[in-house]
Amino acid sequence: MSASRPERAGLYYPKLPATWWLKNPRYFRFMIREVTSVFIAIFLVVLLVQLYQLSRGPEAYAACVARLASPGWIVFHVVALAFALYHSVTWFNLTGVVQVVRIGERQVPPILIVGGAFAAWGVVSLVILVFFFTRV
Amino acid sequence: MPGHKTIEPFWWGLFSVGGVVAAFLVPAHLIVHGLAIPLGWTSSNPARLLAFVGHPLVKIYLFVLIALPLYHWAHRFRFILEDLGVHGLRTPIAVLCYGSAVVGTVLTLWILFRL
Repeated sequence: MSASRPERAGLYYPKLPATWWLKNPRYFRFMIREVTSVFIAIFLVVLLVQLYQLSRGPEAYAACVARLASPGWIVFHVVALAFALYHSVTWFNLTGVVQVVRIGERQVPPILIVGGAFAAWGVVSLVILVFFFTRV
Repeated sequence: MPGHKTIEPFWWGLFSVGGVVAAFLVPAHLIVHGLAIPLGWTSSNPARLLAFVGHPLVKIYLFVLIALPLYHWAHRFRFILEDLGVHGLRTPIAVLCYGSAVVGTVLTLWILFRL
């Protein structure tokens, strides 16, 4: 993440080519992590469209879902899922760095915080999946 | 710039909360609404789904799921554009990104009220 820079005339901006992030695997992974948000946002807009169609009635929703079964949309959702998983994994790995938890004088080891985040993610995901596969 | 206050921490806070929501909830919902329901892996029934999303707690959940990660996108997309070298347009980019997230929030509220 870039830190915010104050807007000032005459501020120095390094002249980098637009492809600077292809030069180094670390920069590339950084850019992929940033791009995950685009795929997540597109999915959420599609979900919003699904909800809009649902508000127009069960038939409109069924027609909308049928359109999403086309190969193009399935490919999009598979790719978006890969990006979403990348966001989750990189985000939870960072919790160990960002979130310092102390019990008394001692700091909880970051590996436990990361492990806890992954475990909670697994439980939440399982609840959502089981719910939609069995109840709705 | 001493004493120079910005609204930046506010957007960063929304970015952070949206990132948490996206990390915990989006992959499972992507599997359900992007793949499982369209491909017929579930016995999902539109009438039952409509009755379910009518519940106020479900609407609050959907609002959190959809609206908050939009601010996460806005913050990251803003810096993607800057990192790709779009300089001199800092204010229009920020207005466009955060403004889109605000429009998305209003649309989400409107659609949830209709349900």
